Amino acid sequence: MTALTTTGKAPVRLPRRRPRLRRLPLNLAALLTLAVSVFPIYWMVLTAFTPASDIQSDSPSFLPLHPTLAHFRTAVDSPGFGTFWRNSLTVTLGAVLMALVVALLAAFAVGRMRWRGRRAFILLVFVAQMAPWEALLIPMYVIARDTDMLDRLSMLTLIYFMMTLPFTIVTLRGFLAAIPVELEEAAQVDGCTRPQAFRRVTFPLLAPGLLSTSLFGFITAWNEFAFANTLIIKNQGARTLPVWLSSFSNVFGTDWGATMAASSLFMLPVLVVFLLLQNRVTSGMTAGAVKG
Amino acid sequence: MLTAHSAAAPRPAVTDPPPAPPRVRRRVRVAALWPYLLVAPTVVGAVFLLVYPIVRNTVMSFQHFGLGQLIRGGATWVGFANYRTVLDDPEFWTVVRRTLWWTGLNVALIMVLGTAVSLMLIRLGRRMRLAVMSGLVLTWATPVIAATTIFQWLFQSRFGVVNWALVKLGFDSYRDYTWFAHGGSTFAILVVLVVWQSVPFAALTLYGGLTTIPAELYESAKIDGASAWQSFRLVTFPMLRPLFALVTSLEVIWCFKAFTQIWVIGEGGPNGATTTLPVYAFQIAQSLHKYDLGAAVSTLTVLILLVALVFNLRRMFRQEGAL
Repeated sequence: MTALTTTGKAPVRLPRRRPRLRRLPLNLAALLTLAVSVFPIYWMVLTAFTPASDIQSDSPSFLPLHPTLAHFRTAVDSPGFGTFWRNSLTVTLGAVLMALVVALLAAFAVGRMRWRGRRAFILLVFVAQMAPWEALLIPMYVIARDTDMLDRLSMLTLIYFMMTLPFTIVTLRGFLAAIPVELEEAAQVDGCTRPQAFRRVTFPLLAPGLLSTSLFGFITAWNEFAFANTLIIKNQGARTLPVWLSSFSNVFGTDWGATMAASSLFMLPVLVVFLLLQNRVTSGMTAGAVKG
Repeated sequence: MLTAHSAAAPRPAVTDPPPAPPRVRRRVRVAALWPYLLVAPTVVGAVFLLVYPIVRNTVMSFQHFGLGQLIRGGATWVGFANYRTVLDDPEFWTVVRRTLWWTGLNVALIMVLGTAVSLMLIRLGRRMRLAVMSGLVLTWATPVIAATTIFQWLFQSRFGVVNWALVKLGFDSYRDYTWFAHGGSTFAILVVLVVWQSVPFAALTLYGGLTTIPAELYESAKIDGASAWQSFRLVTFPMLRPLFALVTSLEVIWCFKAFTQIWVIGEGGPNGATTTLPVYAFQIAQSLHKYDLGAAVSTLTVLILLVALVFNLRRMFRQEGAL
């Protein structure tokens, strides 16, 4: 991606200076796109830092004139905040790790081995990627109730694991396909066993892929609301952040400052990881998409 | 092989006798098992957490399964009665029409805007492109719940910035306008929300695809006198056809089964104006405790989605055939 644009750029640079005016509409469109995509998020963060008196004024201010941390304090001090935060982290990390391990095994089998049923397996994984999870709320509720798994975080972890697994397999397979088998074979010629060759040669090369793949799982699990809202009913101590956040504005009435502070906090982990891995993620998504 | 083995036995001088063939055979057999062992966890997980719930849902849709059966068990078979009830209900068909309209509108907007943004991205200078891409990634990374809460705040009646801006622009009727009290405006906000969140994926994926098209193709199209639209229609689109198909079908799936945004904003209201099929199924099951009818609606939902995607599935099967 970068290689293409940089090589394509060098000769264009000189003549570009003149038709700057011609590029004006393009750049204006870009600025508009940027504004539309960022404004709601900016507005959330800004509101989170704005004192309540300024929020409830008839003319909103677009700059943080009197920044305050009061709303963040309200959000953090609200009952159960720490518990829900911990629940969400446990469920999310548990699901992502499970999916990574299981998917890595499957991706290796699919990408590096020939076996009867391989094609059928790949097809099923593709189809499973489209699984209508929202349509499974009711049976999941009944199954969880029958197996005494209602109100349990482990049930959520298992569901999120399965939600992210097909995608994880498909993307890991894409990343694995990009690593030449010859590298592994060379290591085997040099005396490594097959697992050793995989661990010492392929795995390090696969690490970025694993990271960016797990990001997708992280976001899916971190965000999931419908199942968390349906399967955790009586045990308030097992609620997760999305459910808490959705009820937050009800709990706090019209305290939009606190609600926006809570949203900002909720978004923070995803954002940090996402921005750190941005490039890898987009190229990884494309690799997976083009190959898928 | 057995004879080779027994032939080797009477020769004590050979310390490393030919059990080689059987050993190789055993190794081969174990090696042949490896792939199955490696995919076993996936298969087991899928059976228990995906296939079984789907089967259970289908079974429930053919039973009488209400609150009593949920608590006491002992569901009885009723054949197609649930499906007949659902299909005879005019409300179901209203919801189906609304779901198709919702999906079509969202996907059309997402694809048009996503394509436009991707074409813009590839023409931008490096710094501007990076800025826009970062903005898109930011939007994309916004958790659905957070985004939904933000939109509730943007469109809040009294202090929402949208109403303020509209009044400033001279639309005085929007002073204190309660967006979420009206079916049409709630629906519109949901569309804006979904499109806002989905365009980045489409745009970035298509942009990734655009970077793989060799510049020579555009140059020769230009030499042949192709207009911008022609070069898109004759070069870009054919080159990216698989990618367009993939993104479109993913967006169809995602929009069709969107639940969280709709549920959080108004649980399908006001007055059912934003009830799509997944929300409808959940309402019937959860609020009315008619799990059987809910299951029937879920099954029908999946069937409708399958019909809508059958072409894409066929394409995928064909593509996999080349592997």
